[in-house]
Amino acid sequence: MTTVDTSAPATPAADSDGPARTGDRAPRRELGVVNVFSHGFLLLWGLLTTLPLVWVVISSFKSDGEILSDPWGLPAALRFENWARAWTEARIGQYFLNSGIVVTGSLTLTMLFGATAAYVFARYEFRFRQVFYYLFVGGMMFPVFLALVPLFFVVRNAGLFNTWTGLSLVYAAYSLPFTVFFLTAFFRTLPSSVAEAALIDGCGHFRLFFRVMLPMARPGLISVAIFNFLSQWNQFILPQVLMQGDESKWVLAQGLSALAVSQGYQGDFSGLFAGLTLAMLPVLAVYIVFQRQIQSGLTAGQLK
Amino acid sequence: MRHGKYPLIITFLVPPLLLYGIFVLSPYLQAFQISTTDWLGYSPSANYVGLENFGTLLRDGALWNAVRNNLVLLVMLPIVTIGLGLFFATMLNMGGRRGVAGVVGVRGSSVYRLVYFFPQVLSVVIIALLWKEVYHPNNGLLNATLRGLGLGAPTWLGDPRTAFWAVVAVMVWSNVGFYVVLFGAAMQAIPRDIYEAVMLDGASRFTTLVKVTIPLLWDTVQVAWIYLAIAALDGFILIQQMTDGGPNHSSDVIGLRMYNTAFGSETKFGYASAIGVVMFFLTLSVAVMALRAARRDRIEYS
Repeated sequence: MTTVDTSAPATPAADSDGPARTGDRAPRRELGVVNVFSHGFLLLWGLLTTLPLVWVVISSFKSDGEILSDPWGLPAALRFENWARAWTEARIGQYFLNSGIVVTGSLTLTMLFGATAAYVFARYEFRFRQVFYYLFVGGMMFPVFLALVPLFFVVRNAGLFNTWTGLSLVYAAYSLPFTVFFLTAFFRTLPSSVAEAALIDGCGHFRLFFRVMLPMARPGLISVAIFNFLSQWNQFILPQVLMQGDESKWVLAQGLSALAVSQGYQGDFSGLFAGLTLAMLPVLAVYIVFQRQIQSGLTAGQLK
Repeated sequence: MRHGKYPLIITFLVPPLLLYGIFVLSPYLQAFQISTTDWLGYSPSANYVGLENFGTLLRDGALWNAVRNNLVLLVMLPIVTIGLGLFFATMLNMGGRRGVAGVVGVRGSSVYRLVYFFPQVLSVVIIALLWKEVYHPNNGLLNATLRGLGLGAPTWLGDPRTAFWAVVAVMVWSNVGFYVVLFGAAMQAIPRDIYEAVMLDGASRFTTLVKVTIPLLWDTVQVAWIYLAIAALDGFILIQQMTDGGPNHSSDVIGLRMYNTAFGSETKFGYASAIGVVMFFLTLSVAVMALRAARRDRIEYS
C-alpha cells in the first residue's frame, strides 16, 4: 500500500530513530507527491488521446442539428442511418473492399519477396552481395516525394495506371527496403547448425528455406507483416497519385478524404463523423485484441 | 555443401530486385534527370536547362517559407515528442518505486500504454480529418470546451498565427504513444540490478533518470530522433488535409509545395523534381547529422 505521509513533518534533527528511519521516510514522502503529480499527467494525456476519438463516435449518432448546436451533448437517439448513409452513399463499404483487395495482394508480395531476398542476403555468400543489400536498404532513407513524378509515368507506361494491380506492385516495392532490412537481421540470428544439419541430411536449398528457415523465422515475419499491413492500409500519397481516375476503385484513405470535402460542402457533418467512425472502429477492435503483437511489431524494427 | 546454391540465389533475388528496380530505383534516378529540365508535365517536350530550376528555387519565396516551417518542425517535433515520450515512459515503467528492488510501473500502466499507442495504428488521413473537426470554429470539440469555460473561440486552422501550430500539436499527439512504448521496451531491457545498486546508493528518482536511465537509453533516443527528424521533413498528409498549406501559406511544407507544383493547376514536373532533389539532400544530411551528433559507444548488457 502506498500511503501519503500525513504525519507532522519531522525534521531530520527531530527524528530520534537514527539514519535508518530517515532513509526510509524520505523516499516515501517523495513517492506520495510524485504519484499524485504523475498520475495527473498520465490521466490528462489519456483523456487527450481518447476524448477526440470518443467524441467522433458519439457525434456519428447525432443529427446535424445536434452537432451544430451542442458539440458536447449526447445524441437524442442512436441514428444508425448516418452509418448506413456513409456506408452506401459515401461508398465507405466499397472503399473498404478496395483497400482489402489492394493490401491482400501487396502484403503477399511484400512478404514473399522480402523474405526470399532477406534470406539470400543473410545466409549466402555471393558476389556484389553488399552492393545489392545497400541498394535495397538505402530506399528507407529517400523521401517518397522525389519519386512521385517519374513513378507516375513508370506506372502509366506499364499500363498499370488506375489499377489495383499497379497499386499493389508499387506498395510492395516501397515496402521492400524496411522488410529486407528487418528480416535480414532476423535471419542472421537463426542458428546455422540447424541449416547445416538439414543440408547434410540431403535437404535441398529450396526445401531448406520453406521447411526449416521460414517456420523458424515466424516471429520476425509476423512483426514485419503487422508493420507492413498498417503502413499499406494507411497509404495515402501513392494512391492519390496513381489512382486518380475512377472513384469506384479508390482505397479507403482517398475515399475518406473525398468524403470530407464533399460533406463539407453539403454540410452533412453526421455523415462525415459516421464515415470516420466506420473507418476507425475495425482498426480499434483489431488493435485491442492484438495490442501486444502490434505494439511489439511496430517498435521492434526501430530497436534493431 | 555449397553445391546448387546459385539457382536459389537467382530465383530468390531476381524478382524482388526487378520489382524494386522498376518502381523504386528507376523513379529516383529519373527524378534527378527530370530536375534539370523545364518539363511541363504532359507535353512531350522537355528541354535540358541545367541547374536553372535550382536557381529559380533559390528565389522562390513560397518555397523558402515552406522550408522555414520544416526547419521549425525539425527542432520542435523531436524535442517535444521525445521529451513527453521519456516522461510518460518513465512514469509508466518506473514510477511506482517501492520496496527494495521495486522499479515497477505505476498502477494501470498497461491500460495507459494501450490508450496512448492507439493513434499510431490510425491512418494519418483519419487523424487529420478527426482533428479538423475538433478544431472546427463553431461545432468543434475544442471551441465548445473553451466556450463552456467562458473563454474565446479562435478559428484555429483559419488564422495564419495558429494554423501551423495547431497542426504541429496534432503531429505530437499522434506520435507520443509510439515513443512511450518504444522507450518503455528499452527501459524494460535495462537490468534491474543496476537500479538496485543506484537505490542503495541513495540516488533520487530524478538523478536516477538523468544519470542512469537516459544514458542507458541513448541508442533508442538516437533512433527516435532520426525517425522524428525524417517525419518532420514530411508532414505532408496532415498539412494537406487540415489546412492545404493555408491560410496564406502560413502552414506550408516542402512536401506540399512539391506536390502542388507537380499535380496542382500547373504541372511543372521539372521544377517539382528540383524541389524533390532538395528534399532528398535535406533528409540525407539530417539523417547523417543526427547519426554523428548522437554517436556514442554502444552499451551491451551481458
